Amino acid sequence: MTTVSSAEHTRRDFLYIATAAVGAVGAAAVLVPLVAQMNPDASTIAAGAPIEVDLAPIADGQIIKVFWRSKPIFISHRSKAEIAAAQKVALNELPDPEPDADRVKQGHDQWLVVIGICTHLGCIPLAHQGEYDGWFCPCHGSQYDTAGRIRKGPAPKNLPLPPYKFVSDTKIQIG
Amino acid sequence: MSGNSTYQPQSKVLQWFEKRLPIGGLMHSSFVAYPTPRNLNYWWTFGGILSFMLGVQIITGIVLAMHYTPHVDLAFKSVETIMRDVNFGWLIRYSHAYGASMFFFAVYIHMFRGLYYGSYKEPREVLWILGVIIYLLMMATGFMGYVLVWGQMSFWAATVITNLFSAIPGIGETLVAWLWGGYAVGNPTLNRFFSLHYLLPFVIAGVVILHVWALHVCGQNNPAGIEPKSDKDSVPFTPFATSKDAFGIACFLILYAWFVFYIPGYLLNGDNYIPANPSVTPAEIVPEWYYLPFYAILRSIPNKLMGVMALFGSIGILAFLPWLDTSRVRSARYRPVFRQFFWLFVIACIGLGWLGTKPPEGVYVVLSRLLTFYYFAFFIIVLPLLGIFEKTKPLPNSISESVLGAKA
Ligand code: HEM
Ligand code: FES
Repeated sequence: MTTVSSAEHTRRDFLYIATAAVGAVGAAAVLVPLVAQMNPDASTIAAGAPIEVDLAPIADGQIIKVFWRSKPIFISHRSKAEIAAAQKVALNELPDPEPDADRVKQGHDQWLVVIGICTHLGCIPLAHQGEYDGWFCPCHGSQYDTAGRIRKGPAPKNLPLPPYKFVSDTKIQIG
Repeated sequence: MSGNSTYQPQSKVLQWFEKRLPIGGLMHSSFVAYPTPRNLNYWWTFGGILSFMLGVQIITGIVLAMHYTPHVDLAFKSVETIMRDVNFGWLIRYSHAYGASMFFFAVYIHMFRGLYYGSYKEPREVLWILGVIIYLLMMATGFMGYVLVWGQMSFWAATVITNLFSAIPGIGETLVAWLWGGYAVGNPTLNRFFSLHYLLPFVIAGVVILHVWALHVCGQNNPAGIEPKSDKDSVPFTPFATSKDAFGIACFLILYAWFVFYIPGYLLNGDNYIPANPSVTPAEIVPEWYYLPFYAILRSIPNKLMGVMALFGSIGILAFLPWLDTSRVRSARYRPVFRQFFWLFVIACIGLGWLGTKPPEGVYVVLSRLLTFYYFAFFIIVLPLLGIFEKTKPLPNSISESVLGAKA
């Protein structure tokens, strides 16, 4: 095949570009469903609706685990000592600085609600363990304090807070 | 696949067929007449062993898939059913589970062989990179297969490995939810891993064909690391390489069978006989032995993003090896200094593997960091500099001279 190149734009050039452009748009359009089907499906999202948790049975100093959106949520009923320990830490000692007040809802200092997934690689930390008596992750040794903040180890961030609100003094809604 | 075949089938039927699809000629020139260097040693039989093991994994895997159910409530049970109820199910599952280990064992020898004899050097760069791609695909396949059992280790390995991607700034979290198909590892994850675990071995088979094609374009390297110059330097693939490969495979099978029949529990993790429980992480998470060195590299670095980058970098750097090694001499036989660094590198890899089984504390952390440093330094500092400063030994004039001495 011989091709004749000319400096001027020909109708053939236009056809080439138009064909390539339609092809590219088509390929991109096909990718959308192929990529999107991998995302959480409708039933998974529906099962992720908000849940209510009754706090009354949780004793002082006790930590319970509930599941929301297949994630473990730690609800810690913090003792006076634990609250004090969390409040007195200087911010510059923290890898991910956040004051204790930002970790709880105002007026509910005794309730800490965090997502119980280590921010390193996703293991579930063990409660009331480690040097800071918060959580200790058995996988690669990350240590969290009584406000769920990272203190030591490879995890970069504090345990994240799920969206939740107090519907009454002894009941929260997560989600 | 090139070669100097003059294949002419005897029978009229085959001649008729050959005119229309010359596959006989292709096979003949690739695996019969194909000239192989006369000095190949047994380290060169691992290519054949690997091809054989890929076949074993595909056959045992297809059979397992006939009895396996990829659902979170049934997967673990179906694997136990395979072990207890399916006729010879125990044999097929152990063959598949140990097949994976033997496959990796062979690929590590194959890779260290390439490193020792400089098989990645010009003109074999593409051949080498195709090998690195196969290795990556094997790692992905082995990981997803391990998840299928849906025991505690399966579940938490899946969690930790998929979370590696959450280290990517910005898109990390979204990407991980996309991989999971949910908010955590769950049924959608298991399903897609099954689909991919079935698919990837066939992708590997495809890349293996490219790998062998590239090999047959450049010809094999050999222990002397010099190209064949005359007919005296090579022998035909069949019967020489075929019978040597067959003997290698037979020896390898003895070791494999010993694992399957005599110590079937040896490499299997006890925690994986506990069904997956998303609310409890086992006290100790250890990957399969073939991932341990990389796991140690990940843990040696106290920063998440850097750790993950080191992990992927330690594998990715292999692809750049042909350009990092600046020496023109291929074989370590003629590179006295390289040889020492090579063995140190082997020791570092084995040491990292051992450290991967230890808790990340105290002296183990220090050792992991030292060995991780050496791992990278070997590629980034030692290899580029050695090519400039090392005084290599004189190369033999030809392959036959290297085997027979100067009298040839
Ligand atoms: C590159 C080749 C392959 C490798 C490295 C590989 C690796 C693995 C590994 C490590 C396991 C976990 C074994 C255990 O602990 O029980 C596994 C399980 C499994 N594999 Fe594969 N596999 C390969 C090819 C295949 C193929 C081609 C299929 C299907 C067509 C398959 C189907 C399965 C099934 C159904 C399981 C779950 C049952 C079990 O655990 O034994 N595999 N694979
Ligand atoms: S997952 Fe918790 S420290 Fe790595």
